[in-house]
Amino acid sequence: MPVNYLKETPSQTAGPYVHIGLLPAQAGLAMRHNEALNVIAAEGERIVIEGIVHDGLGNPVKDALIELWQPDARGELGAKGLWGRAGADHETGLYRFETIRPPVLPWRNGQSQAPHCSLLIFARGINIHLHTRMYFPEDGALHATDPALLRVDSAARRATLVAARQGPGQYRFDIRLQGENETVFFDM
Amino acid sequence: MTDYMRRDRSWHPPAYTPGYKTSVLRSPKCALLSLDQGPAETSGPVFKADMLHPLDNDLIRNYAAATGSQGEAIGERIIVHGRVTDETGRPVPRTLLEVWQANAGGRYRHRNDRYLAPLDPNFGGCGRFMSDDEGHYFFRTIKPGPYPWPNHGSDWRPAHIHVSIFGEAFAQRLITQLYFEGDPLIPLCPIVRTIRDDRAIDQLVARLDMGEMRSFDCLVYRFDIVLRGRQQTFFENRPEGM
Repeated sequence: MPVNYLKETPSQTAGPYVHIGLLPAQAGLAMRHNEALNVIAAEGERIVIEGIVHDGLGNPVKDALIELWQPDARGELGAKGLWGRAGADHETGLYRFETIRPPVLPWRNGQSQAPHCSLLIFARGINIHLHTRMYFPEDGALHATDPALLRVDSAARRATLVAARQGPGQYRFDIRLQGENETVFFDM
Repeated sequence: MTDYMRRDRSWHPPAYTPGYKTSVLRSPKCALLSLDQGPAETSGPVFKADMLHPLDNDLIRNYAAATGSQGEAIGERIIVHGRVTDETGRPVPRTLLEVWQANAGGRYRHRNDRYLAPLDPNFGGCGRFMSDDEGHYFFRTIKPGPYPWPNHGSDWRPAHIHVSIFGEAFAQRLITQLYFEGDPLIPLCPIVRTIRDDRAIDQLVARLDMGEMRSFDCLVYRFDIVLRGRQQTFFENRPEGM
């Protein structure tokens, strides 16, 4: 018999009413309406990230909830790391973060990672959250040596992890849960 | 920092579970790509206790207080408590937990819930709190009611509370649901049954804790939470760059 550990508590879907607990103002609750968790106050080059999570038929997932995690402008994580949470718009499905552009991040063995934001996606119908990354389209040279991007075998799939630039500091990052151009999701 | 142990994905529900119809179009077809853990995976956001309001862990009172009511939520009064540990049994201290739930009639206070059961003017269904230095947590609420939902005709959700836990690292992030001991709807629920192993389902069932029962006030349920464990440091020969 191998060594026994405790088993991780199994995941269950966040369901359609996830906003009540995680974004109460968006649920319509008269609680915590001053919280804007999708606007991350930090020093650095300010950027906006917007996008839509699509299901396997291309329809917007209007009850998706996305969490973002990235280093601050100095590359610090942990207590100095930047975290945010955004709900897809109930009508359009659009999510939006206001944050800063993250710097290059160190990796193992002296390697480095191209700037990116880590994202988790929760929604009704998603039994265990999905984990992806958003890279920036201006950093092509750094992408060529990024250890995570190097694990993705096809250029077309790698492209699902790179945002589109819509203007200065404006990025669009759509996430496709299934099917054509399905976003790469990670097991970390 | 050392890595977290692999997630046992056979213990979690898979993405594609046709018995729960909404998963059919929301499940990736491609295999997940294994990603080595770096500084962004082995650390996570740190929340400070000063963000919490004193009533944040009291769902019987917090919505009423926020809306200027002196009232309390209607329903079976309960306290839920437990301990957050990792797979090695180490406590997970000072981590943020967030909960949400339907009212005693099975109705959510959410703009999209149109179930015919009435709203309770004194119940919002939203709470948050932190584990203490030993990983213990507790909150007070009313037992949520079961409710119907469109899946295979009208399926019924067992009474449940949604629980979100951060842990100490992005790799430990988890959202799950807590069920109640003895609920006959548990084995009938297509969402519960996305989990294949009955022992894993059993891990989501809070136990009646009569030892902690509060006389003439509240029943108490115990719900322990296990997050991914961290590997030990055996050799210090791998520079992480941080």
